[in-house]
Amino acid sequence: MSTAIDTAPEAVVTAPRRPREVIYRHTFLVRLTHWLNALAIVIMIGSGLNIFNAHPHLYWGQKGSELDRPFLSIDAVNAAAGPRGITTVGPVKLDTTGFLGVSQDSGQVMQKAWPSWLTIPSNQDLADARHWHFLFAWVLAINGLVYLLWGLVSRRLRRDLWPTVADLKSIPRSVIDHIRLKHPTGEAAKRYNVLQRLAYLGLIALVILMVLTGLTMSPGFDAFAPWLLDLFGGRQSARTIHFLCASGIVAFIVVHLVEVVLAGPINEVTSMITGRYAVPPDHGAPASRRHLPAPPT
Amino acid sequence: MTLITRRGALIAGAAGSGLALSGCSKIVFGDKLTASSGFQRVLAHAEAWTLASQRFLLSGGAMAREYRASDISPRFKPNGTLYPSGEDYEDAVNENFASWRLQVDGLVSRPLSLSLAELRALPSRTQITRHDCVEGWSAIGQWTGVPVGLLLKTAGPLPQAKYAVFHCADNLEGEPAKGGEQAPGQYYESIALVDAFHPQTILAHSMNGAPLDVSHGAPLRLRVERQLGYKHAKYVQRIQLTDRLSGLYGGKGGYWEDRGYEWYAGI
Repeated sequence: MSTAIDTAPEAVVTAPRRPREVIYRHTFLVRLTHWLNALAIVIMIGSGLNIFNAHPHLYWGQKGSELDRPFLSIDAVNAAAGPRGITTVGPVKLDTTGFLGVSQDSGQVMQKAWPSWLTIPSNQDLADARHWHFLFAWVLAINGLVYLLWGLVSRRLRRDLWPTVADLKSIPRSVIDHIRLKHPTGEAAKRYNVLQRLAYLGLIALVILMVLTGLTMSPGFDAFAPWLLDLFGGRQSARTIHFLCASGIVAFIVVHLVEVVLAGPINEVTSMITGRYAVPPDHGAPASRRHLPAPPT
Repeated sequence: MTLITRRGALIAGAAGSGLALSGCSKIVFGDKLTASSGFQRVLAHAEAWTLASQRFLLSGGAMAREYRASDISPRFKPNGTLYPSGEDYEDAVNENFASWRLQVDGLVSRPLSLSLAELRALPSRTQITRHDCVEGWSAIGQWTGVPVGLLLKTAGPLPQAKYAVFHCADNLEGEPAKGGEQAPGQYYESIALVDAFHPQTILAHSMNGAPLDVSHGAPLRLRVERQLGYKHAKYVQRIQLTDRLSGLYGGKGGYWEDRGYEWYAGI
């Protein structure tokens, strides 16, 4: 046992001796809007799925009901052995029993599109789900507006997120680095890499699309801004795009959380709480460990 | 390892409770919050903001989009009551609504009682509009009927009148909502006078060029474009002007409103 400790990699032994460079990475406004946005988006997704369950079909165009042809449907279909969850996307039919269409809630078999554990509230309740959705829609929109206006006025959006030509040229290398789970260190870690920039800009675009398609579903707002109906190709198209953009946001969240874990969750989460980020060192560490996340200290 | 500031901890706590809302363990906080009356009051604020902002945006009397005849849904989904129960309505159907009357009363100076023939003889408006159900689906239909504003102007609203209440002939059987069956009740709806006087707000007697059929609310159905489907009361028998909604039925101004849905259904 003792020999194992003696032969521990050099980096672990020497790390505490070298002072780590700590930079002030996230301003207070970025941190505040980040967490409010995270809270609002989680609630919007949960309540949105409950609303979706009230009519689990999506269409293209102005109109669409059970009497028309849906583009996507999540149904519970009675089979000899009991109900099956069937998800239909265009011509493709998938048996999604257990998750979509038919799922379990506290041991009970439920016939609903999205399972109870994903929805807010957990039981099927269109009225309350709408209350949640529209309250946090205000939080999401106002919070997003504050972030965007501040980012534009302070020019930080341009500095931190807008990719430079050099950034764009580095896309292939950055893709390879990400696939190899290699994270930037030293100076390179002080700024967002090009894929990060594109991902964050993509998220901003998705949230803007969510707000606009959401408003297009409002018959009142349509009277004020009928051009939205033309922009998205109709109210039902807007509802479908709303759902697809939400799927995009879920994909972003998954990648975002995986990257946080890979890049060193304690350092990353701390930086989004206190603003202070310990720059992963790239001098002195053995080459094989250079790109691994810094060990938590 | 680092300073976790109180501010930071608060923010992290808020975000953490957000994550706890969704997923895992029966959405403990989400369901508890939903059930608490205090949080219901918080939720209700959103409706007030929506109403205020849409009233502001629509203050110029903006019109709902009107569509082309080719946009009309080949099959318009009937919803809610499909055939009102009771002998009175059955008799009315059998005599083709010949003795159906519409009352306009309440806070008016000249109460009205109009037959269907009299209503059909009044100036009418025809519009092809989209019907948006609160559940998410939409259908497009052509509606012809008397502007509600014309009826109200004829009846002469008193200055204290604030709402038009539409009393219906159908008793809607409980539909599943709020995690269970809803208690059956008489269907009714109410709108603010500013919406009642909007030019596209009509009492429709015809749909797609033919008299309304029973599943779509024969003989009279409210069209209040710019709001969701449940506001479009079917089987209308009486329009009552009032200054408050609290004394009627469940007190929230409509069948679905009494069951938790928003009174202002512009979103």
